[in-house]
Amino acid sequence: MALRILVCVKRVPAPGARITLTADHSAIDVKNLGFTTSPHEECAVEEAIRLVEQHGGEATVLTLGAAEAEEQLRYAISVGIVKAVHISHPSLVGESDWDPQATAAALADTIASIEAADGAFDLILFGNESADAGGFQVGVRVARKLGRPIVNGIKSIEVGDTAVVAQRESTSGFEVYNLPLPAVLGVKEGLNLPRYPTLPGRLRSKKAEISAVAAEPIAGGLLTESFDNAAELVVQTTMLGTGEDAAPAIVDLIERLGLL
Amino acid sequence: MSEVLAIFEHDRGVAAETSFQSLGFARALLAAGVGSSITAVVIGAEADALAHDLGAYGASSVVLIHHAELTDYAPEAWGEAVAELIALRSPAAVVATGTDRGNEVLAYASAIADLPFAANVTEIRSVGDASLDLTRVRWGGSLLERSKLVAATYVLSGAAHVFDGEPSPDHIGATAATETVDATLPDTAARTRITDRVTLSSGITLTTAAVVVSGGRGVGSAEGFAPLVELADLLGGAVGCSRVVTNNGWRPHSDQVGQTGKRIAPELYIACGISGAIQHWVGMMASKHVLAINTDGEANMVGKAEYAVIGDLHKILPAVSAEIRKRRTP
Ligand SMILES: Cc1cc2nc3c(=O)[nH]c(=O)nc-3n(C[C@H](O)[C@H](O)[C@H](O)COP(=O)(O)OP(=O)(O)OC[C@H]3O[C@@H](n4cnc5c(N)ncnc54)[C@H](O)[C@@H]3O)c2cc1C
Ligand SMILES: Nc1ncnc2c1ncn2[C@@H]1O[C@H](COP(=O)(O)O)[C@@H](O)[C@H]1O
Repeated sequence: MALRILVCVKRVPAPGARITLTADHSAIDVKNLGFTTSPHEECAVEEAIRLVEQHGGEATVLTLGAAEAEEQLRYAISVGIVKAVHISHPSLVGESDWDPQATAAALADTIASIEAADGAFDLILFGNESADAGGFQVGVRVARKLGRPIVNGIKSIEVGDTAVVAQRESTSGFEVYNLPLPAVLGVKEGLNLPRYPTLPGRLRSKKAEISAVAAEPIAGGLLTESFDNAAELVVQTTMLGTGEDAAPAIVDLIERLGLL
Repeated sequence: MSEVLAIFEHDRGVAAETSFQSLGFARALLAAGVGSSITAVVIGAEADALAHDLGAYGASSVVLIHHAELTDYAPEAWGEAVAELIALRSPAAVVATGTDRGNEVLAYASAIADLPFAANVTEIRSVGDASLDLTRVRWGGSLLERSKLVAATYVLSGAAHVFDGEPSPDHIGATAATETVDATLPDTAARTRITDRVTLSSGITLTTAAVVVSGGRGVGSAEGFAPLVELADLLGGAVGCSRVVTNNGWRPHSDQVGQTGKRIAPELYIACGISGAIQHWVGMMASKHVLAINTDGEANMVGKAEYAVIGDLHKILPAVSAEIRKRRTP
């Protein structure tokens, strides 16, 4: 069975040692930051490509975000996704985000119109949570609007003719879910090891056409006001020495902690 | 009288340590002025016995939700059951602990009830007429967000390990009235049921080990992990790693510590060749003691660790293992 798969991805900053905020704490200071696709979603993209390689079909990537989010769509194309759709709005600039209800409504509406034109998606993949907002809900809201089942935290996917078998990590192993198709899954990093773009992939992604969609935000109930860094404990670091000569001091420490 | 519904999480009738924190969160809501009583919600007949203790955690009543489809965890069925209760009782708030299941069930319930949902709340700052000013965590715990939630019923998960999971001092010996509610779930609720389980061998795991020897890019290769494995084995510990390591395929993702990996809290975390990016730090910041081994004295991990050794991990770790063997030989 040839599969039609959709992956929803979000552009997020890639901060280093510490997240720096703007002076008024209204946003992350992104002046010196790189950007990336949320890690769980990178694995969703990879999984979509693998499933198409295995079953045939076609994978599409969808994002709602600022103009710059095109970079993340092109990256997905460079590793093997064929179609890309970008939902934008004048309010989506820089790192601004919509409320989860508004994001989900716009994604669901767009998915419904793509499906009306090109046919239904057998499988829609989300990340378990977005790396920045961590709302833990957009995928579930979209699935409900489309009337499809969703399970989050997925680390293995096998697509059959009428159902998808998906596994989720638990404290003692894995829980196995068996969802009827069409289905939606929220995946976690570790599902696979994402590939890197090839040179032909990069060239293809530069030329690829991205479908632009306009959307209006519906009113949602969760309004972000400002940010603050989580309290970091300040420690006085004790230096145990340099190089291999420090080995006895390290073992002394392990012994002192009762771990030897 | 307005209620706060506290979802009591369990796995086939067995509660986890975090399960009780939803009641601690509900008590914090009452203290902040949201609702005037707590109703614990226990989903599925196999968990009925759990209701006995909940009075001591501040619940004045317990609702046991029964249905043939509620025998094992199924996010859609659980979400439908909670949404049904919201429609039936118009509670002031519905809360759960922000675990995988807690967040998933509340996402489902809020989507079905068409309510907003704030995940991983750490604080209720103030209560308005139909709005709450709250603080929640973003970025896996490295950033706090202040937001306003405007809703008829507040749907909230409390960030794990933030709210009290102990019995309430004000409710010693208290018992809760129990009530059984038969849910009327739609046929579709069964779609997301657990159909099977795969049990992995237990033993020392990354999440339970007292000592974790963890490696980053500085380890250099898959083979480079040999001295880390050796030291972990000697100490009866486990090996961890950074995301760079899993991205390079040097170690499996199950070893990854951090925002998109595991959250761990060993007695001793030995960070070898790990720079200490915020996304790594949030995964191991609960460690009791941290030892950084790094060639760069300026590395973030060195500055944040309780103990540090500056130098090449490939020279230091074999010397540590040799020293341990030496001390253990009588
Ligand atoms: C949304 C998001 C989520 C993320 N989630 C995670 C996560 O879950 N976990 C995670 O780890 N990262 C995560 N990251 C990645 C994170 O930002 C860093 O890129 C990563 O942690 C860096 O790994 P590292 O410390 O091994 O590598 P580097 O930052 O390259 O550091 C290598 C260190 O090794 C030292 N070194 C080099 N050679 C030696 C030697 N011979 N002996 C001793 N020291 C040596 C260097 O001085 C340096 O400090 C995430 C990133 C994003 C954007
Ligand atoms: N702006 C967006 N564009 C596309 N997909 C998104 C967007 N925001 C969230 N998602 C998807 O929804 C998942 C859950 O997001 P969240 O509810 O913010 O944790 C993410 O992992 C993405 O797959």
